[in-house]
Amino acid sequence: MDITFKDVTYIYQANSPFAHKALENLSFHIPSGSFVAVIGHTGSGKSTLIQHLNGLITPTEGTVQIGDYQINSDKKPENLKELRSRVGVVFQYPEHQLFDETVAKDIAFGPKNFGVSESEIQRRIKEIVPAVGLDEALLGRSPFDLSGGQMRRVAIAGVLAVKPEILVLDEPTAGLDPRGQREIMDMFSNLHKEQGLTTVLVTHSMEDAVKYADHVIIMNKGTKYMEGTPEEVFTQREALNKVQLDVPEMIQFINAFEERFGKTIPFKRQTVQALAKEIQQALKGAGSDE
Amino acid sequence: MNNAIIIGQYVPGNSLVHRLDPRMKITIIFLFVIFVFFANNVVSYSILTAFAIITVFITKISLRFILKGLTPVWFLIIFTFILHLIVTKEGTVLVELLGFKVYSGALIQGFAISLRFFLLILITSLLTLTTTPIEITDAIEDMLHPLKKIKFPVHELALMMSISLRFIPTLLQETDKISKAQASRGVDFRTGPIKERIKAIVPLLVPLFVSAFKRAEELAMAMEARGYQGGEGRSKLRQLKIKKIDIFVLVFFLLVIAGLFITRNYS
Repeated sequence: MDITFKDVTYIYQANSPFAHKALENLSFHIPSGSFVAVIGHTGSGKSTLIQHLNGLITPTEGTVQIGDYQINSDKKPENLKELRSRVGVVFQYPEHQLFDETVAKDIAFGPKNFGVSESEIQRRIKEIVPAVGLDEALLGRSPFDLSGGQMRRVAIAGVLAVKPEILVLDEPTAGLDPRGQREIMDMFSNLHKEQGLTTVLVTHSMEDAVKYADHVIIMNKGTKYMEGTPEEVFTQREALNKVQLDVPEMIQFINAFEERFGKTIPFKRQTVQALAKEIQQALKGAGSDE
Repeated sequence: MNNAIIIGQYVPGNSLVHRLDPRMKITIIFLFVIFVFFANNVVSYSILTAFAIITVFITKISLRFILKGLTPVWFLIIFTFILHLIVTKEGTVLVELLGFKVYSGALIQGFAISLRFFLLILITSLLTLTTTPIEITDAIEDMLHPLKKIKFPVHELALMMSISLRFIPTLLQETDKISKAQASRGVDFRTGPIKERIKAIVPLLVPLFVSAFKRAEELAMAMEARGYQGGEGRSKLRQLKIKKIDIFVLVFFLLVIAGLFITRNYS
């Protein structure tokens, strides 16, 4: 499903001394099937943005269009529940939402609410549990007996079991160890490709954005600061530094390399191995010149 | 959510009311609450109402914001008014509605009691609107100090109060976060039959309790790690001091009360 924001403004606690503008005149378009990274500093409006995606909050001004569902200031769609079954949101620290007696029941909670049949739920659990890297033996345990990393995976499985078409991820790997981070991100990336999902990833990690996203939106103080492909956005170092963001390590490295050796290597999201080869060739070329 | 309820919320500011010594504020409000019950005619009620409205005006918090925040209380006030209309049978009959005789005395009394109720709530909500929770607990600890002589755990009580006040916004935030997460998983908190809605609270309450207990444990650990041992020999960073302005405000308030007592016997 396509996602379109048109002049969206959102004000928290409007008409009170605490009124606070979280989003201002935000417009963008995310075509169906893309993997978008939303990046910005704390307080830039990222979390507010994603709450618009499944109608948890309605814009103070402007329109949000998700597929055929339109949300604007004076009307929420009547089939909000249907929208929520098609837009899955993994919130920050999603393990805080676990509550049921067993892991299996907690994963089944979402699909049950959306009216999925019991046999279909069981089928989905069998499919999803190994996909998120959980052991089936854990299904009968209480979610509160698990480790932090396992709880995170259970919570993610609970969202995936609904089989959403749009997957919204709010810093899904925060607080995990590096290996867990990589595993979870790879899992999302595979899902995105296999099931043709539209994925919106909110992250602080430039590395993740470069590695997984095909479109990047940089937020600053509730407005869109930059937008484009990772190649376009991440090569503009000065503009990024202005909003206290760094360019990804690989681009930093390429820049440093270019400065030192006076050779240019274009950044095109190559792998580290590919980059090593290019450097080797560039330097070899230099060697044969002398 | 919860935008509508302002009871217990603090609105930062730098007005005279904000800067007043919290002990003085508590004392004045305590006295006001008592003396509201002494008003008995138009003039004495007007004096108290004027005092309350002027105080609101000085805080620079918009009256509209406060009135909107008292929405849940409006129901009680109106209920009181209607109850008086029905029950009181004094004075002359004004109108007859659906077989009910509405007496003039009932109208006056209903209005007076509702006004009294309104003033009570308005002035007490001003305390939390203009005083930080820390100031309130400091003031209460200080004012209860004499009770220490009879082994009353004043410091512990104050600490419990400040911790619970401190965690109200945190818990509200947590509630908001979890209810949004569960709403995304298809829970409907707002519509549907009552039975379903009560059932929908379980996925909200369980995570809330889990995280509250976890927080409590972490807080206790952090306090112990920093050597907290209770109130014995503990000094304060913020010392409360009565200033000239506090005395001035108290004198002004006493004048208002004197005015109340003088006008009380009119008519």
